[in-house]
Amino acid sequence: MGKFLLRRFVNYLILVILAASMTYILAGEALNPRAQFQAKTPPPPKASVDASLKTINANPDTPILVRYKRWVGGLLHGDFGKEINGGSVGADMKRRILVSTRLLLIATVLGSGLGILIGAYSAIKQYKFSDRVITLTSFVLLSLPLIPLAIGLKLLAVKVNGWVGHRVLEYTGEYAPDSHGWGRFTSRLQHLILPTLTLVLGQVAFYSRYQRATMLDVMGNDFLRTAQAKGLRRRKALMKHGLRTAVLPLVVLIVYNVSLLFTGAIFTETIFAWHGMGEWSVNSIQQSDVNVVAAIGIFTSCLILIAGMLSDIVYVSLDPRVRV
Amino acid sequence: MTIADDRAGVVRPDADRETVLEVSHLEVTFPSEGGRVNAVRDVSYAVRSGEVLGIVGESGSGKSVSSLAVMGLLPVSARISGSVQLRGRELLGLGDKAMSRIRGKSIGMVFQDPLSALTPVYSIGAQIAEAVLTHRKVSKDDAHKRAIELLDLVGIPNAAQRAKAFPHEFSGGMRQRAVIAIAIANDPDLIIADEPTTALDVTIQAQVLEVLRTAQEVTGAAIIMITHDLGVVAGLADRVQVMYAGRIVESAPVNEIYYRPRMPYTMGLLGSIPRLDDKDRAALTPIEGNPPSLLRLPPGCPFAPRCPIAFDRCTEVEPALLPVGGEHHTSACHLAAQIESENLAVTDVFPEPEIPENPEVRIPRERRDEVLRLEGLVKEFPLMKGHVFKHRVGTVHAVDRIDIDMRSGETVALVGESGCGKTTTLLQILDLAKPQQGRIVVLGKDTAGMSKAERRSLRRDLQIVFQDPMASLDPRMPVGDILAEPLSAQGISGGRAREKISELLALVGLEPSHADRYPTEFSGGQRQRIGIARALALEPKLLVLDEPVSALDVSIQAGVINLLQELKGRLGLSYLFVAHDLSVVRHVADRIVVMYLGRVCETGTVNEVFDQPYHPYTQALMSAIPLPDPDREHSRRRIILEGDLPSPADPPSGCRFRTRCPRRVGLTPAEQEKCSAEEPQLLEVGDDHASACHYNSAASMV
Amino acid sequence: MTQPSENLVIDAEVESNDGGYRQAPDEGARRSRSRGRLIFRRFLRNRLAVVALILFIAMFAWSFIGPHFNATFKGDAHCTPAVTPGLPGYDHTCMWDYKQNDFSSFSDGPSSKHYFGTTQSGQDVYAQLLRGMQKSMVIGLLAAVMTTAIASVVGSAAAYFGGFVDRILMWFVDMLLVVPGFLIIAILSPLFQGSTWLLLVVLIAIFAWMVTARAIRSQTLSLREREYVSAARYMGVRPARIIARHVLPNIASYLIVDVTLNVGGAIITEVSLSYFGFGIQSPDVSLGTLLQAGQDKATTAWWLFAFCGGALTLIVLCVNFVGDGLRDAFDPGSATSRAR
Repeated sequence: MGKFLLRRFVNYLILVILAASMTYILAGEALNPRAQFQAKTPPPPKASVDASLKTINANPDTPILVRYKRWVGGLLHGDFGKEINGGSVGADMKRRILVSTRLLLIATVLGSGLGILIGAYSAIKQYKFSDRVITLTSFVLLSLPLIPLAIGLKLLAVKVNGWVGHRVLEYTGEYAPDSHGWGRFTSRLQHLILPTLTLVLGQVAFYSRYQRATMLDVMGNDFLRTAQAKGLRRRKALMKHGLRTAVLPLVVLIVYNVSLLFTGAIFTETIFAWHGMGEWSVNSIQQSDVNVVAAIGIFTSCLILIAGMLSDIVYVSLDPRVRV
Repeated sequence: MTIADDRAGVVRPDADRETVLEVSHLEVTFPSEGGRVNAVRDVSYAVRSGEVLGIVGESGSGKSVSSLAVMGLLPVSARISGSVQLRGRELLGLGDKAMSRIRGKSIGMVFQDPLSALTPVYSIGAQIAEAVLTHRKVSKDDAHKRAIELLDLVGIPNAAQRAKAFPHEFSGGMRQRAVIAIAIANDPDLIIADEPTTALDVTIQAQVLEVLRTAQEVTGAAIIMITHDLGVVAGLADRVQVMYAGRIVESAPVNEIYYRPRMPYTMGLLGSIPRLDDKDRAALTPIEGNPPSLLRLPPGCPFAPRCPIAFDRCTEVEPALLPVGGEHHTSACHLAAQIESENLAVTDVFPEPEIPENPEVRIPRERRDEVLRLEGLVKEFPLMKGHVFKHRVGTVHAVDRIDIDMRSGETVALVGESGCGKTTTLLQILDLAKPQQGRIVVLGKDTAGMSKAERRSLRRDLQIVFQDPMASLDPRMPVGDILAEPLSAQGISGGRAREKISELLALVGLEPSHADRYPTEFSGGQRQRIGIARALALEPKLLVLDEPVSALDVSIQAGVINLLQELKGRLGLSYLFVAHDLSVVRHVADRIVVMYLGRVCETGTVNEVFDQPYHPYTQALMSAIPLPDPDREHSRRRIILEGDLPSPADPPSGCRFRTRCPRRVGLTPAEQEKCSAEEPQLLEVGDDHASACHYNSAASMV
Repeated sequence: MTQPSENLVIDAEVESNDGGYRQAPDEGARRSRSRGRLIFRRFLRNRLAVVALILFIAMFAWSFIGPHFNATFKGDAHCTPAVTPGLPGYDHTCMWDYKQNDFSSFSDGPSSKHYFGTTQSGQDVYAQLLRGMQKSMVIGLLAAVMTTAIASVVGSAAAYFGGFVDRILMWFVDMLLVVPGFLIIAILSPLFQGSTWLLLVVLIAIFAWMVTARAIRSQTLSLREREYVSAARYMGVRPARIIARHVLPNIASYLIVDVTLNVGGAIITEVSLSYFGFGIQSPDVSLGTLLQAGQDKATTAWWLFAFCGGALTLIVLCVNFVGDGLRDAFDPGSATSRAR
């Protein structure tokens, strides 16, 4: 199997290199960092702008291929280049990945766990009232666009805080900067509730629909009858034989999505002012920060591929049927 | 090799034996859009310990539903009434908890489809051990040991090792053995086997039936054997009951059913099955029509519309199941007494249809035109493995140097188990392309040097009928359009085409007015007739039939076989008939080609080969086909092949059959050496009869 | 050999009872009716989907007709509203459009003067909302059609030609899947500032077709193996005709459903891009730019967020319900077998 993994890996590597190069070249050509400097008040002299652009390897006057070569040279030494304000892209990325992880980990665990349970329950109760309610609700939740949902939750939080009399639900940032120790912890929790809810609703809906479908597929299978015929009670047969089989494709999907978790959540992070990867990708383009954009491009491409490979490996190791 | 000459030691029914299961007045209905479906109606029967009860019926007859009702495994929407008593204890109305203590302990069950009957993500051993652990307080280790014992008992070689395997690593036959192991894990009083061999090849079917016999001997359990195949129960059952439209219509000891049937439906079934031992029967006696819908059954006998001897009373009052003639024989027919007193035979009730003969058959074979010749045909496939990480692991030698020649007016049957290469051969011919190796000559034209236009015009003369009548008709097209397709492909359209379509529908016994209906509105047999009509649209000379009747119910099958026979005579067709069912082949074919792992092992005229098979594989195949005749079934010699078909990617050296060959044990080591070293060639063993075995010897297998 | 399993038949009947679809075998009374009508009838049975379809059409129509039924004001010959009321020459009866500023009304709530209120800079929210809906819906519809078109061409070509073509096309699909599409469109956004919004449609489609293409490819592959397709091939029917008669009609249902569901996705992509300023550029508006402008004031001026947020949610919901209804109508079994 190693040989096939390797071959696939090489193929992926080529894809990543192509994708990353494309991102860099497009960003380098399309974005205009000079405008960012010139927009400062008072506008700095051209020479100093040129100098700043040169230090970050983003002077539009330098041919793109020269800049690309320099950028690749840095990459080979693990250097993602400099941000438009002179900071290190790599260092910032590390920090922001952690922020995104802190936000998304809980949401993913909650979302997938609840989703599986609700989906399986719904499948077992197929066509019953509870199943219909769950199916409809998850369909509506899945169709809800994230932006109005997040903003709506924020408005709701304002109302709730108003009724309670003090700020229970926070909606800006990760924690109150002036909090310490235990207070910092509760502050984090308060800040987590809304963005987590935003993310969880959609995830629960998605996973529960998926789980319901796979579970229904499995429930039509003869092996559940065999399990009952050997004396297992219906519930146990459904859980031990049905759910165990039906959850496989979902686990694979979750592995895929968890790997992509580090790319952040663009809308949730932006709307609730979490300084994670998602927010960074938007900011960097708005600020014409070529090196950051390119770094995000590489990072995302790599993650997509790692996610693909990881989920394949998990699939193969969990499901005896596809083992080589 | 196991040769079970007789069923010595098998217990005969005995009135003193204890009743294990008593079902009385069982009724099952299901909700459906059109109202409630009466799947099982007033079914009563009893099974005594050690007895084998066969329940025979076609799909939709209620045979499986009634047994699932016994197990309490019907969906919750089913409404069940009546009584089911296991050793005097009422089972109907018991909750899931109480039933789960009975299932797997007192009653074991074997299902039809072994491929999906085991949970794919647990090992075989674990699944068998689970059955033990559910009902007994034993340690996991002991349960696992017991699982290995059981696997050994059901004939899985190397049981300790194989217990760790997952279901997908087992072949269908081995999985069915594992399911039987689960069913007998707790020494049940009753084993319900629901079509346990239907999905399996004949040689594997023989193995599994043998395992069931062993299982019964070991556990002493009563067996309820549910099947559509009258042959399967003939040698196994002590008593047989026939179900039709949710009811038992006849019930009797096994000999009575086969030799003195007293219900026209049973008679029809017996008349409609082709038999391995019927040499001279001209035509089968089909039962016209289709089984009734169980929704809103009309009054009267549900079989009346298809019954040739029905009279007024039959459509007014449904006959009760009453004793007739011999001991314990009951029949639900108003005319049962008359059938009894006049001792009517099958052919008295179902007249044998006339089948026209093709005048060509009188011309000696050598003088007839050649329609198909294969010379050293080879087809290899890359063998791929892995779903996720797909890669090539070898080469499948699907067809390996085979020769066939076929003359006009002939039916040549290509026979073998699944995986023998018969379907690949057929597709190779149909592709009309240059083969990887060898030559394909269709109607005198070599496919190798053919131009596109030649190939297209040759397609007129070469048509196919597929196995699955549902899959071979585009569900989105009305029948008229389906039949018009080949016509327009060859440039016939408009009024000429419409005329032709009406002709075709009439030819296959359908109403021309049905042209605007969709395939879903037809029954399986009717759809297969449409498939035949389509194949005939261009008036071909050679028709390739890929298992054309194996997906049909027995009573329907006979009608389609007769139609094929009739068309052949009337239109002067030649058939290349691919089948696994040797009894159908005996009935329809003139010549037979037996394939094993891509090679031809025996070929010749049907009468020669069936009367005197020389190749051990042909003999095993024939012995595996059950006869709908209890006496003969008990007295015949049974050869049971061991193991499964080896992988065609890695065939055994020398003779490909040697790994399973029953003849091999009687050979000296030197002789055996020859089998592994040298590949046997086809040798003439008789008049127009050749067999590829180093140690050819004839034996009658019927 | 496959002997039809009896209990399966029964199960299917039981299930289909609840699923609302059953074809009685061989019921003489059932006249053949065209497939189209059957699908239409099945769709009509799904109330939610019908309501959603009507709502969607109504909103689409309203976004074009509605602007002509806005509140009016007195303006000059170019319909410029007066900064101070009563100026001479400002006597034309004009209708508010999405660009005009009412300098006498900033951040006012809904009233007869401005049905849905005004923004901070005095723009008419009703006119802006309709303009935004129009833009978002048109872009969504066009991008969805384009997405599915690209996908079906690439997917079916890959499956039909197979071999080398297949490998190249699928490799290309893989590559586009690896590229973060949102990022690329965002990067390119400065380029199409000032150019036509149609470019946005193309970009959205370019980064959205890959998954559909894969699905179509696998469907075509399996269709090619169907027995009735083989039958047609062995009868000498030409490949183009086989595709047209046997393959396409089978994929058509999938394509129609896919277009519908892609509309929702495309609208959301457009809105997201515009929300961050990477899509529709001022002075033009879309639901995305409106959401961006309205969100901060939402606590004090609810009308700035509620209408556009509500409209977007409603549109996407409607599209999805219609798509779901269509899928059920086309393929009654699929409702349970596919999750999306």
